[in-house]
Amino acid sequence: MQSSSNDPKGILDIKAIREMVASGRGKEIWRSFDDLVDSDQFLEFVKDEFPRQASLANALSRRDFLKVLGASLAFAGLSSCAPRTGEKIVPYVRPPEELVPGKPLFFASAMTLDGYAQGILVRSDMGRPTKIEGNPKHPATLGASDIFMQASILDLYDPDRAQVVKNQGEARNWVDFTTATVPQVAALGGNKGAGLRILTETITSPTLGDQLRALLAQYPSARWHTYSPVGRAEEHAGAAQAFGEPVDAVYQFDRATIILSLDADFMFRTPGSLRYQRDFGLRRQALPETEEMNRLYVVESSLTLTGSNADHRAALSARQVETFARAVAGRLGIDAGAADTAGLPGANWLDPLVDDLRSHSGASLVIAGDRQPAAVHALAYAMNQALGNIGQTVIFTDPVEPALTNPVGTLSDLVQDLDAGSVDMLVILDGNPVYTAPADLHFAESLPKARQVIYLSMYEDETAALAHWHIPATHFLEMWSDARAYDGTTSIIQPVIDPLYQGKSAHELVAFLLGQPNAKGYDIVRAYWQAQSQAANFEQAWQQALSDGIIAGTALPPRPVTPTAGPAAPASSPAADALEILFEPDPTIWDGRFANNSWLQELPKPLSKLTWDNAVLVSPILAEREGLADRDVVALTYRGRTVEGAVMIQPGQPENSVAVTLGYGRSRGGKVLEGTGYNAYAIRPSETPWFGDGLEIRKTGRRYDLATTRDHSSMEGRDLVRTADYDEFRQNPDLFPHEESNLPSLYPEDVYPDQAWGVAIILCSCVGCNACVLACQAENKSPGVGKQ
Amino acid sequence: MPQVFRPGANLFARLSIAALVVVLGVGAVVGLVWYPRSDLGTGVNDPIEQPFPYSHALHVGGLGIDCRYCHAMVEKSSTADIPSTETCMSCHSQVATDRPTLQLVRDSYQNGQPISWNRVNNVPDFVYFNHEAHVAKGVGCETCHGRVDTMNVVYKAETLHMEWCLQCHRNPAEYIRPRANVFDMGYQPQEDQRALGEQLVSEYKIASAVQLTNCSVCHR
Repeated sequence: MQSSSNDPKGILDIKAIREMVASGRGKEIWRSFDDLVDSDQFLEFVKDEFPRQASLANALSRRDFLKVLGASLAFAGLSSCAPRTGEKIVPYVRPPEELVPGKPLFFASAMTLDGYAQGILVRSDMGRPTKIEGNPKHPATLGASDIFMQASILDLYDPDRAQVVKNQGEARNWVDFTTATVPQVAALGGNKGAGLRILTETITSPTLGDQLRALLAQYPSARWHTYSPVGRAEEHAGAAQAFGEPVDAVYQFDRATIILSLDADFMFRTPGSLRYQRDFGLRRQALPETEEMNRLYVVESSLTLTGSNADHRAALSARQVETFARAVAGRLGIDAGAADTAGLPGANWLDPLVDDLRSHSGASLVIAGDRQPAAVHALAYAMNQALGNIGQTVIFTDPVEPALTNPVGTLSDLVQDLDAGSVDMLVILDGNPVYTAPADLHFAESLPKARQVIYLSMYEDETAALAHWHIPATHFLEMWSDARAYDGTTSIIQPVIDPLYQGKSAHELVAFLLGQPNAKGYDIVRAYWQAQSQAANFEQAWQQALSDGIIAGTALPPRPVTPTAGPAAPASSPAADALEILFEPDPTIWDGRFANNSWLQELPKPLSKLTWDNAVLVSPILAEREGLADRDVVALTYRGRTVEGAVMIQPGQPENSVAVTLGYGRSRGGKVLEGTGYNAYAIRPSETPWFGDGLEIRKTGRRYDLATTRDHSSMEGRDLVRTADYDEFRQNPDLFPHEESNLPSLYPEDVYPDQAWGVAIILCSCVGCNACVLACQAENKSPGVGKQ
Repeated sequence: MPQVFRPGANLFARLSIAALVVVLGVGAVVGLVWYPRSDLGTGVNDPIEQPFPYSHALHVGGLGIDCRYCHAMVEKSSTADIPSTETCMSCHSQVATDRPTLQLVRDSYQNGQPISWNRVNNVPDFVYFNHEAHVAKGVGCETCHGRVDTMNVVYKAETLHMEWCLQCHRNPAEYIRPRANVFDMGYQPQEDQRALGEQLVSEYKIASAVQLTNCSVCHR
C-alpha cells in the first residue's frame, strides 16, 4: 500500500500497457495494470507485502527470558489443586425443547433484500443466532447464500442499532408513543384519513400488504407511497409497455444454452440472482456429451460480475445498449426501428450472436438490465417471444409485490403533498428516504412540513434526525413476518431470538394505526395465514411451513401472455462522445443499508477490489484523455449538482461512461460508516435515476487514499492458475497433469488408511460473488482490520 | 581470645542443617506429593451439602431410575447436565406432593427460579471434557463417579486429576466396559477385563494411547 498511494507518477502509462498486450508476451492473468506491466511500483508493493524478518531491536536478554519463564512456571501448577471449587451448577427450570447444550439448532426463516425473500437456515447456539446459510428447500437459494445473507448476522448484534423509542432525541418507550399518538390517529378519522401518508420501500410481505389494504379501507383518503432507490421500476415499466398489465419475468437459466444480457447483471443485481447464478453454473460445467455448455454474451455499461463471466463481452455506454438491442431485434425479424450500429462496440459479433440465438430457439434467453429503460425490456420480451423462449427459459407470472396491484403513489407525489401542507401524519416504514431520495426532490426540506413524522428503522440515521418519533425496528432474526421470493414462493419469517432491544416490526406499527397498539407480530402473521388457509388442519400446515421455510404451493404459476404492444420508436440519440454517468448499487453496500456493517465495508468489491470507500470508476481511455490517475479527487457535475470523489481506473469500463456507486458518504447511523466514500445520491435525479449524459468531470488537484486489495497475493511468476480452451480440454482431458513433488522431507509420510479428505472448488461455476469470503469471516468470527 | 562456640557446636550445626534439609524434604513430599493426592487435598469421599437433601441412594439404588432419566444430555452433549426442575416435577407433581423437603423444587417450578446446586465433580476451565465421547466409547458412569447408587449425599469418588485421567487414556483396555453396561452400578466384568477390553477397544474404534495422550485432545 505504501508505495503506490501518494506517488505522483501514478498516472497511467497507456502506451506501455498497449505494447505489453499487443506483444503477447504479457501475463495471461493479471489483477491490475501495474501487475500487467510489472511496474516498479508493483514490484515494490509485492516486496512490502511480506517484509523480511523485522530486526529484533528489543529482544529479551537470556536472563530476562528465564525470569519470565520462571514466573509463568510458578503460575502453572497452582490453579488445579483446589479440592472444592465452590462452583454452582444451575440447570433450567423448564428447558427449551430439543435444545442439547453445545449442539446447535437450525431454524428456517427468510431474509429480504429489496423486499424479496431469500430462504435461510439460521444456526442457533444456546438461543443465539450465530450463522446464516441458505435453505436447501427454498427455490431462491437452494442452500446457497450471498454476501448480504452472510453479513446480515452482524447487523443483529450491531451496537450502533437504535435501542429505544425516541421522541425528537429524547428516550421514551412504546407506551409513551401510543399514548401520545392515539389522539392524532383518532383525529385522522375525521376527514377519512386525508392527512395520513405511509411511505414504504419495496415490500412483498402478504401480511403487510393486507394490513396496508385494511388501513386504506379504514382511511380511504389516505395514501400509500413506495420508494426504493434500487428496485425493479424499469422492468415493471417495460412489462407494462409490452403486456399492458403488470407481470413479473422469471428466468430459468438451467434451460438456456445461449444467453444474451443487455446490461443485465443477473448474477448479482436482480431478485433471484442467487438462483440464476446456480442455474447458470450448472450449464457452465463441462458435462458429458448430452448437454451443451452454455455461452454468455454480455453488453454492459460497467464491469459487473455477470460481465466478468461472459464468453463475449462488449462495453457500451448505457444509452447505446438500446441501439444494440434494436439491432439484434431487427435481425430477428422484429420491427424495432432503425439502429445505427456504426462504431458500436460489439457490432462485429451481432451476426454470429443472432445465428447462435436462432439456432437455439427455445433454449436461448435474452434479459434486459434493471437500469435500462422500459423500451429495452419490451424489446427483450419481444425477442424472447420471437425465439420461442417463452414457457421454456422465461416465464411470466403475476406480480410478486402487492404494491403493483394497489393504488400507490410515488415519492414525488408525496413531496408534492408535503409541500402543499396536506400531510398530518407521515409513517415511514424503513428505507432511510432522506438519504436515498433523488436530489432534485429535496425530500429533506419537505419532510419537516408534515405535522407528525413517525419513522421505523434499525438505526438512528439521516431520516431519524428529522422524525418526531423514531421507533427502533427489529432485525429480521427477531421478528415474525413473511415475504415472497422472486418466483412468488412465500416464507414465514420467524424469529430466532427475542428482540434484543425495544424493537417493533412494521406489522406491529401498522397494527397500532389500525387501533391495536399491543398486537404481537406472531398473532398478526398467524391470523393472516389462518384466514388464507384452506387446509383441514391449520396448525399442522403452519408447523410444516415453519419447519420447511416455505409455504407449499405459493410459487406463482406461469401465465400465458404474449408481448402485444410493439416497442416505442427510438428516442433521439445524443452525440456519441458525450460523457455519461452511471448509478449503480454498490457491490457490497447495496443502497447504503449495509454501510455500518464492517464485514461488508471490508469485503473487497468483486471487480475493483476496493474496500471501505466507493470510487468514481473511469475507463483507462478516459483517464488518459483527462489526465486522471488512481486516487485523484475529481468533482462530478451532473444537472447542476456536484459531488467529489476519488477516481479508480477500471479496465472494462466503457470509454465514455463513468460509474458511481450508491450507498456511501452517509452522515449518520453508526461508527463504522463515518468518513467512508462520497454520496452519489446527492447528484442523482429522479427523471434519470440510472444513467444520463451531460456529466462534467474536473480534477480538483487533491488526492484521497483508497484501500484496495487488487495487488495482494500476487503469484509472482509461478504458474498456479492454468487455463485452457473448452475444445482443447475436450480433446485432451489430461491437459493438466498431476504434479508430484519429489523433494525429500523430514516428516514421515502421511498414511490415510480409511478415507482421505479434500476440498474441490469448481472454478467453472465460481462467479466471484465473494460469499465464501464472508462466510469464512462469519463462521470463524475473524476480526476486520479497518481501512488503514 | 575465648571461643564463642562450645566444641559441640559444629556437630550441632551440621546436624541441624541436615535436620532442616530432611524437614524441608519431608515437607516437600507431604505438601507437593502426598497432599494433592490425598482425600483431604482433593475432596474425595467428602460429601458436599446441597440446597436440599436429594438422595441418589433412594432414587437410583432404591427405585432403580436410570442415570439418563435425569442426566439426559450425557449421551448427546459435551457438557453433562443436572436435571431441570421440570424433570423433578415429572414425578413429584404426583408423588410425595406434600413432602416439606421438596418445597424448594415446587417453589422453583412455580416462580421460575432455578435451583442452585453445589458442584461436586468438576475439571478446571482449561480442560475440555466431553461426556458424549466417553459414554459412547464404553466408559461406565461408575468408573469416574463411583457407586452413586449408594450415595445419600453425593461425594467425589475419584480425584479427576490429569494423572488419574491418564491412567485410562494410556490404557483404555483396562477400564472399558460394553456399551450396554455403561449405566450399570456394581458392574463386574465377566471375562478377564484385559481380553474383553482389548476386544472392545478395537470394536469401538478407540484411538491408540499415543493419540489419546496428545495434549490437544483435552487442552483445546
